[in-house]
Amino acid sequence: MDQPADFTLSQTAQGRAAVLSGDWTATRMEPANEKLVQALVGVREVSIDLTGIGRLDTAGAYEILKAADASARTVNYIARPEITRLLELVDRAVKAEGTPVVRRRSFHEFFERIGHGVINVGLEAFDTMVFMGHLLVAIARACANPRRVRWAACFSLFERAGLDALPIVVTTTFFIGAVVGLLGANMLRTFGAQVFVVQLIGVAVLREFNVIITAVLLAGRSGSSFAAEIGAMKMNQEIDAMRVLGVDPFDALVFPRFFALFLAFPLLVFAATIAGLAGGLVVAWSQLGLGPTFFFSQLLTTVGPTHFWVGMSKAPVLAIIIAGIGCHQGMEVGGDVESLGRKVTASVVHAIFATILIDAVFALIYMKLDI
Amino acid sequence: MTADRADELDERAPPIEVRGLYSAFEDHIIHKDLNLTIPHGDVVGVVGGSGTGKSVLLNTIIGLKRPEGGTVKIFGQDIEHASRRKWTAIERRWGVLFQQGALWSNLTVKENVAAPLQEHTNLGHKEISELADLKIALAGLAPGSGALKPSELSGGMIKRAGLARALALDPELLFLDEPTSGLDPISSAAFDELIRDLADSLDLTVFMITHDLDSLYAITDQVAVLADKKVVAMAPVRELEKSDHPWIRSYFLGTRGRASAEARKAQAAASGAN
Repeated sequence: MDQPADFTLSQTAQGRAAVLSGDWTATRMEPANEKLVQALVGVREVSIDLTGIGRLDTAGAYEILKAADASARTVNYIARPEITRLLELVDRAVKAEGTPVVRRRSFHEFFERIGHGVINVGLEAFDTMVFMGHLLVAIARACANPRRVRWAACFSLFERAGLDALPIVVTTTFFIGAVVGLLGANMLRTFGAQVFVVQLIGVAVLREFNVIITAVLLAGRSGSSFAAEIGAMKMNQEIDAMRVLGVDPFDALVFPRFFALFLAFPLLVFAATIAGLAGGLVVAWSQLGLGPTFFFSQLLTTVGPTHFWVGMSKAPVLAIIIAGIGCHQGMEVGGDVESLGRKVTASVVHAIFATILIDAVFALIYMKLDI
Repeated sequence: MTADRADELDERAPPIEVRGLYSAFEDHIIHKDLNLTIPHGDVVGVVGGSGTGKSVLLNTIIGLKRPEGGTVKIFGQDIEHASRRKWTAIERRWGVLFQQGALWSNLTVKENVAAPLQEHTNLGHKEISELADLKIALAGLAPGSGALKPSELSGGMIKRAGLARALALDPELLFLDEPTSGLDPISSAAFDELIRDLADSLDLTVFMITHDLDSLYAITDQVAVLADKKVVAMAPVRELEKSDHPWIRSYFLGTRGRASAEARKAQAAASGAN
């Protein structure tokens, strides 16, 4: 039953006659369709006999019409009525004029994209300011009237975005502490200064790694989920439904997320600090034989609490940034799935970038302050 | 809530009054000099081809989109210049059923219906819970469905739950965005009947965007036709059949339009004979 498409040609008094056979379908017509086009080039009168054809689909019909119309002036089709109907249907669709597509030159397009990019940076900066202003108003409103705050949402988000991140944050910083310890131990041992490994671990963990690792993990874990949740709600018109009820989405969605992260972040950083020190301690104890008593007394005398407070002071700022960027990107989601994906990606990338940037700014400030 | 009600909005003004509305997205004009007045107590269907700006009109009226020109008055109050107090008064008096229901997906159906009550009233938990159950029953949902999450509902149930939420504050003005789209014909007919019943017994003014000819014949008092960037006609559906506007003619006198009209006539004749 399944036969590849084929045809035979014969010369008649009026012109050429093609007798088609086999299945003229998208999957079976190759290569007969191209041969047919070549066979009919320059022929003025064609008679196409389709009575012996197996199956015909729109792709096959299109190829036959294309071959026949390419050069022939009169085409005579001999076919069963349903085949004729299909040919007519395809013929009409081919002849229906499509809207003209304006082809832009790549050079033109290149400059257009640059222009759009520049304008978008400006617009995005403006939008960010609008968002921050709106968030400030929401915070002020919450402070003025704490009974209006959706505390249930705040604390459930605190659990989900904050406490549930505890295992991953603790595990990651434990290993970071251990790695710093190992590297330091190996290097310091070469000139017999292995006791300074405690100082190295202390400064690295207390000042930088605890807060950076927590921020990066939360940007990937909570910031992206904020953006995705709010974005999906926006796509589903849930935010519109809030607005018509007079519920400000900043009160109902953004503030609880902001609050949750603001509260959870310093606690997570504290846990990360303990875990990082524990990781360093394990290495120092097992590799260098520096016991916990020595480790902590050394930590207190050489490192001191200043470094701890320097690290902790970054926590609220980074919490604001990560929650703000996540919620802002979520609110920017349009009606389509592609923009959801783009905004969730942007929330993570922007948040990590901002984390590193802010950390650098803090480092500069504290250096100038000599802390 | 009740004390400040009377002084807020004009009770006698038409629920919706749109004057000279001009909407555009960049240089693409959607509405130009559009006028529409919906009188109290009417169920008005809004029809129009794809891209004629039905949803834009709805979004403009409910304040989600700021118009580029013209005024929108709800109960006589120009919404663009409404104070926060007036807005709150307006929000208490309308309900919106979005096309996909737009139920808050992290809340159960009952919490969805209760949310407007929590937001706008000082009622206790028990009263709100009871009222939410009442609205869920009014919208024709089974009693157990209050505990379900929106993702567990069928398309028809989502529409009913959305309607229950829209009715939560006992609004006088109800907006429906294609309430029967995506429903099978039996559910559509049942939903139409539900809206008609509620509109009659609760004295609602209804603004309904629809493509469903059966709904137009079944429940509307008047039909507003959006074409050529404005409302070209607003009349009962029987009168629109006689219009000579080309779009209206092709809409009502196409094969589907005629089938709906005849079905209604046959039904009317049958009920007349009984």
